[in-house]
Amino acid sequence: MAEAGSSGPYGPSLGPMTLLRAVTRPRFLVTAWPWRGVAYTVTTAVASGLLWLALSCPLAPMVLAGALLHSSAPHWTAVLGAAVLGLIGLGLLALAGPWLAVAVARVERWRLGLADTAPTPARRRGSLYTDPATWRAVAYLLLLAVVVPVWSGVLALAGLLVVSTPFAVDHAVGANDSRAATTSGVAGVLLIPVLLYLTAICGGAHAALARLLLCAEPDSTTAELVEVERSRTRLADAFDAERRRIERDLHDVAQQRLVSLTMQLGLARHDLPADSPASVAVASAHEQAKVLMVELRDLVRGISPRTLRELGLRAAVEELAAGSPLSVTVEADADRLPPVAETVAFAAVSEALANAVKHAEATSATVTVRCRKSTVTIEVRDDGHGGADPARGSGLTGLADRAAAAGGRLLISSPVGGPTILRVELPCGS
Amino acid sequence: MRVVIAEDSVLLREGLVGLLSRFGFEVVAGVGDAPALTAAVEATQPELVITDVRMPPGFTDEGLRAAVALRAAHPGLPVMALSQYVQHTYAAELLASGQGRAIGYLLKDRVADVAEFAETLRRVAAGGTVVDPEVVRQLLQRRRDPLAALSPREREVLALVAEGHSNAAIARILSLTDAGVGKHIGNVLTKLDLPLSEDTNRRVLAVLAYLRDR
Repeated sequence: MAEAGSSGPYGPSLGPMTLLRAVTRPRFLVTAWPWRGVAYTVTTAVASGLLWLALSCPLAPMVLAGALLHSSAPHWTAVLGAAVLGLIGLGLLALAGPWLAVAVARVERWRLGLADTAPTPARRRGSLYTDPATWRAVAYLLLLAVVVPVWSGVLALAGLLVVSTPFAVDHAVGANDSRAATTSGVAGVLLIPVLLYLTAICGGAHAALARLLLCAEPDSTTAELVEVERSRTRLADAFDAERRRIERDLHDVAQQRLVSLTMQLGLARHDLPADSPASVAVASAHEQAKVLMVELRDLVRGISPRTLRELGLRAAVEELAAGSPLSVTVEADADRLPPVAETVAFAAVSEALANAVKHAEATSATVTVRCRKSTVTIEVRDDGHGGADPARGSGLTGLADRAAAAGGRLLISSPVGGPTILRVELPCGS
Repeated sequence: MRVVIAEDSVLLREGLVGLLSRFGFEVVAGVGDAPALTAAVEATQPELVITDVRMPPGFTDEGLRAAVALRAAHPGLPVMALSQYVQHTYAAELLASGQGRAIGYLLKDRVADVAEFAETLRRVAAGGTVVDPEVVRQLLQRRRDPLAALSPREREVLALVAEGHSNAAIARILSLTDAGVGKHIGNVLTKLDLPLSEDTNRRVLAVLAYLRDR
């Protein structure tokens, strides 16, 4: 995924570069790929040798059993001994094989970095013996143990030819055979690129098989999840912006008009004789308008608190605390947080304090806001009777959704009898 | 009395001009943003400034900033700040300027009670301190523990002291004798360990500072 569409040494490529793909490019020999091929191939041969060394433990009893059967005329004790040794070998193989295979797979996935540029994801499912990946790794062991020695032997032979060219030329010159010297020299020089190509092809083919057997399919759902998360964050941001716009419109137009209207009613009420019939009606209208001013202010504050935007979370929470019938202690850092974190944090405190009054019959509460590393933790603890159930009522559920959309989470502990602790953890970027 | 009004809502500004004229104030300038307010004050040398806290271009606290700056340039210039919301930080900052003399911080709601509002303006112009009852209510609520020792009547008296009322005004509002009010105030200040003072302004600041800081 990270490599898709990126620009490789050959211009834009559609996916990760591999040895097998590199070989098909015309400028293959002037890139790093031939040397990566050599490195991968040589280490593959080394790995194969080491594997044989590891396998010698369980194989030794079997070889011994074979020797027992071959050495003399099969006596029943020799047959029994061979059978026991064979069983021991098989048992060792069955026990250690999967472990060995998984360990080798890990090393081989790491080594694949030489042969291509794609990520090497591994995925475990279930236990060692039920995970299909284990048995694919065992199959890879066979490949490494049986097939690799064949082609690496051929390559080694060719390599030996190239390396021995100077000696062959020297020998021919010594024998005064200029034709043989020229032939050996030209053949040796021509063999170098051929050998590099051969090495890359063998290594590339092995790497492709290794990838097939050892790496999990790249997970397309991961990419989709990232996109969904981004889209959710965008949506949350858009809601936030929309709330602010509504708050601004209400403040700039509705609230000012209402103040003006109430003032006019106040003037009319002041100027009307108290005993006139209109006076009672105007007085009533005036009182209603005054109540409406308070209600509208509370409504607007609920939509998007101005203090939060202008002065930050601590000031806003302190003001919320001041307006609450509870005795609220606020412990908070004064630092500003990202806007989304501030909005969600404030909504959480607001909801928690409201619940403490409405449902828990609390008398006091403590709000703490702490930013540690890149996470801000908001905790509201009240002294009420607890028993808050997130499943009941949409307040806490909505809050959990908002926390999740902001990349955080909401936790609540509210045993019957109290206390209720609501905690929100949000990323704060720093 | 010569007044400058700064309020960005034209409708409300015109309404305020009407109200002030009705109660005998002379509005010498009505402006819509903070720079215009500063210019108008320099040009007209008013006896009272009424300003909205939130004004263009930033719509945050431009009016308040302008008021604080004006009071620094013209010590003693009476200012009444009107706010849509209670904002303790702003209120505290404003009250700190000029030792709290000739300063008022009210919710916009208060203009609805026109006669009282006009009376409040006169108090500020005369050098008084006026704090919105809602600010005081929230402060009293926040500091409930040390205030538990007060009787309900004493709490009422404390609230009115914090709002900036004189002894006589408190006596009128609570239908008490001047002597009775004096006794209550003495009790309250003693219980809260505050200095006894006949100076209303100093008393307001002491009580507000007490409520904010304890």
